[in-house]
Amino acid sequence: MHIPDGYLSPQTYLPFYAFIIPYLALASKKVKKSLRSRHAPLMALGAAFSFVIMMFNIPIPGGTTGHAVGGVIVAILLGPWAASIAVSVALIVQALLFGDGGITALGANCFNMAVVIPFVGYYSYKLIAGGSEITAPRRWVAGAIAGYLGINAAALLAGIEFGIQPLIASAPDGRPLYAPYSLVVSLPAMALEHLLLFGLIEALVTALVIRYLQKADRELLTIYGGAQ
Amino acid sequence: MKKSLSTVQKMWLGLAVLALASPVGIILPARLKAGSAWGEWSPAELEQRLGYLPQGMKKLAETWQAPMPDYAFKGWNILGLSAQSLAYLGSALIGITVIAALMLLLGKIGLKD
Repeated sequence: MHIPDGYLSPQTYLPFYAFIIPYLALASKKVKKSLRSRHAPLMALGAAFSFVIMMFNIPIPGGTTGHAVGGVIVAILLGPWAASIAVSVALIVQALLFGDGGITALGANCFNMAVVIPFVGYYSYKLIAGGSEITAPRRWVAGAIAGYLGINAAALLAGIEFGIQPLIASAPDGRPLYAPYSLVVSLPAMALEHLLLFGLIEALVTALVIRYLQKADRELLTIYGGAQ
Repeated sequence: MKKSLSTVQKMWLGLAVLALASPVGIILPARLKAGSAWGEWSPAELEQRLGYLPQGMKKLAETWQAPMPDYAFKGWNILGLSAQSLAYLGSALIGITVIAALMLLLGKIGLKD
């Protein structure tokens, strides 16, 4: 889901940049209110976890690869705003150091993976978990569903961003200037692989961490929105 | 507080285990003959798929030369899978270190006690 440089037209990547910069400033303000300096190591852990989980490329035999993002579990533990910052830092380092995801596409990639995933994931979790006990099985089930929904929302969006490029810009000979595949191709390609496989990985990762914390340290599941 | 600290430490340990296992993320796709993620083809790959390279992409694709492209050390892509796995592991450790340091710094500057 890391869109490289060259796939998005300036008409697409510039608006995403225009959104993401003030968005991250707002996110910092929100995080300052909800977290304390003792939570900084957890923020670091969350960002590093998201980075490393994205390195586990899951293959579709003979086809493409994909991976989980880990953005939903970070959002559940630290809140969606903190997850936005953590995943954005991971994405920025991936782009700058490892060329994974483009520099021009960074705004769009942050929007898909660091805004949509945490927010869809966090609010799905909240809705499904409801007022259940912190150790209730319903919590990890909610986490699994939230992980699945979060990453699939982002994949759908990336599919749209790819697919609208031929509509936005083409050369005089009619050939697309940027991402060449239309929505009819890009949307099912991005949606299906995440619906069938990569979404399940995000679900698994999210549920496993919640189950672990339910047994090991339930307080960590109450940081955001819980007691300060 | 002490208890939650130890859980966080355990999770860092878990993260280290994940980092050590990270080469699975290139070995498994190689074994199962899976290629790039959808929409993440290099310009050369895309040109092969399409028979041409989109004109706008040509310029934009050269926006940035990452120091460790594709989680590898420069020139190592001609070496075998075991060398690439080592580079991948190195990338995981470097990435984790840089990201954790950045986040701790941000937390130190931004968050109140």
